Amino acid sequence: MENKTFTISVYSENNVGLLNRISVIFLKRHINILSLNVSESEIENVSRFVIVVNTTEKWVKNIVGQIEKQIEVIKAFYHVDEETIFLESAIFKINSSLLFDERQIQNIIKESHSEMVTVSRDFFVISKTGRRSEIDELHAKLKPFGIMQFVRSGRISVSKEKMEITSLLEELQS
Amino acid sequence: MRISGAEAVIRCLLEEGVNLVYGYPGGAIMPVYDELYKFREELHHVLVRHEQGATHAAQGFARATGKVGVAIATSGPGATNLVTGIADAQIDSTPMVCITGQVGKHLLGSDAFQETDIISISTPVTKWNYQITEAHEIPEIMAKAFYIAKSGRPGPVLIDITKNAQFDELDFSYKKCNSIRSYVPKPSLKIDQVKAAAEIINSAKKPMIVFGQGIILGEAEAELKAFVEKTGIPAAWTVLGLSAMPTDHPLNVGMVGMHGNYGPNVLTNECDVLIALGMRFDDRVTGNLATYAKQAKVIHFEIDPAEVDKNVKADVAVLGDVKETLAAILSLVDAKTHESWHNEFKEKYNIELEAVINDELQPKKEGISMGETIEMINKHSKGDAIMVSDVGQHQMFTCRYSKFNSTKSNITSGGLGTMGFALPAAIGAKMGRPDREVVAIIGDGGFQMTIQELGTIFQTQVPVKIVVLNNEFLGMVRQWQQLFFDKRYASTEMINPNFIAIAEGYYIKAKKVTKREDLDAAVAEMMASKESYFLEVLVEKENNVFPMIPTGASVSDIRLR
Repeated sequence: MENKTFTISVYSENNVGLLNRISVIFLKRHINILSLNVSESEIENVSRFVIVVNTTEKWVKNIVGQIEKQIEVIKAFYHVDEETIFLESAIFKINSSLLFDERQIQNIIKESHSEMVTVSRDFFVISKTGRRSEIDELHAKLKPFGIMQFVRSGRISVSKEKMEITSLLEELQS
Repeated sequence: MRISGAEAVIRCLLEEGVNLVYGYPGGAIMPVYDELYKFREELHHVLVRHEQGATHAAQGFARATGKVGVAIATSGPGATNLVTGIADAQIDSTPMVCITGQVGKHLLGSDAFQETDIISISTPVTKWNYQITEAHEIPEIMAKAFYIAKSGRPGPVLIDITKNAQFDELDFSYKKCNSIRSYVPKPSLKIDQVKAAAEIINSAKKPMIVFGQGIILGEAEAELKAFVEKTGIPAAWTVLGLSAMPTDHPLNVGMVGMHGNYGPNVLTNECDVLIALGMRFDDRVTGNLATYAKQAKVIHFEIDPAEVDKNVKADVAVLGDVKETLAAILSLVDAKTHESWHNEFKEKYNIELEAVINDELQPKKEGISMGETIEMINKHSKGDAIMVSDVGQHQMFTCRYSKFNSTKSNITSGGLGTMGFALPAAIGAKMGRPDREVVAIIGDGGFQMTIQELGTIFQTQVPVKIVVLNNEFLGMVRQWQQLFFDKRYASTEMINPNFIAIAEGYYIKAKKVTKREDLDAAVAEMMASKESYFLEVLVEKENNVFPMIPTGASVSDIRLR
């Protein structure tokens, strides 16, 4: 079975030890977590993990089962890229003098549809949200000029199909 | 009712029907021990000699009774000493609640005296764990702990309680937990799955059942028996499924797995339908997965959805409580006898009888064999004893040759293979079932891993029978060295102490048998003893357990010698 990129979505109670419990499942099988994002979900007091891994479908299925059986996990799903809408965000901090010395930077920023977050005497900050490839492209273009700081978020994604958590929760609570 | 957190812990245990706990005191758990002293009439605390012993005793208690076992320890080393037993309980699905003391909340994270992050340490080996830092959390968390440990597929839960939470007061009221919104203990029965399974079973020509511990944990022994008897399907057991059906039942065909019986292993690769009941296709059962039962349709009765398709792909998965699913399928399956198919098992059994069993039970060598010792215990126990085995050759002989009339009678460390398990587990089993004879079968290696629990036996006067099968080797490893490492016996030879003197040092009646002609009388004396009894049997040094599926080999390539 070939390796593929999978996005695992986990709905869970907001519990302090759960991240550790979930990451251990990947660690045991030596699966590198490519990206991890934990946030609130559409349901109050329910957290949502978005975990990106590269592995086989058999393993991702096993892993999702092992995640789902954790007491505080409500439900876990996995999807391939085609089944989700996904984004990442990145922030670049760049020396302000470059804006004037290297005029093409302005064009790069404009063409990339990134956003100017702040400009100060010493530095300016732009943010870019999009696919990994778009962020990588912008990074590659800015790199020759010198990037003071760069950070990229984990993937966040929503599935195209329904993930019926609300009805499941109602069922569980009844 | 305004009480301290420590008292609340005791009251929670009493509310859960606990009247026996195993533990070892220490600084961070002292408030709880102070309350144990006050409640000593209602709640009996057994002082073990090492915290690992507390977990195994709690496991033995749980395995013999089906109730939740409880172990208590202090923070730091007390807590880390529990880890082996917790891991054992996790992999063998044993209901257990461990309570550990922890340094005060204000000291957490400061590397305080006897502080360890037992929550992080125990996370991969617990079904659930939780650190209580406020007294008011105690009732709700304890209720959850017991519910999680016992429900669905059981497992160990660890509750870590900071010292301040033990001292501080709370308004106590207790409500048992019976649901957690994010936790589905067992999938609900889907009649379509049951029907699909029944259809395959009814059209099968050579079906075979493999039942595991799920039958015992789910208390589905009667349903299993009814299903087996109606369908006439040959039924084999896994190590942990052993005793779910009486061993002398005519439809039983023996044990599967690495040292299981020849017939059920070989015929796993000849059956047309493989019905797995409450078992998880452990690698010690399946051998090489690539050649395991490829010709068969697999029906998997399973409570834990994460086990389905994990190792062996199921053609039909029947999810749910096996007691319910087996009851549901009974009326849908046809009554059959599968006579000629049973004959194939009998033929294979005769091959094994000739090649292995006769020689084990009536050995021609001078030295006593492990198998004949087990057979002698059978003779005197009449199959009514609880057999608690440790890990190694003697364990496999115990599982291969013990006779069992009733369920929850075979207690051993299956998944984790924990040497040192049996002595403390036997203590727990006997305390849980004082009405039954409990015999611990232990090797000379494993015995010395938890030998200090002889002190617990002496102090509590628990009348367990201890049999050490002494071959002066770490026998299973030596066997592998003989077969796969050209007899390079690296660190497997044991220079042993005088075990009799040690047992007698703990004031336990002790006897050593070195000759075959003395075995019968010695076993008889042990079984007749009203007190604990230690029997050392010097056995043939270099005997091997056969049959054997070498690691990585197929079940059908099982070796008879």
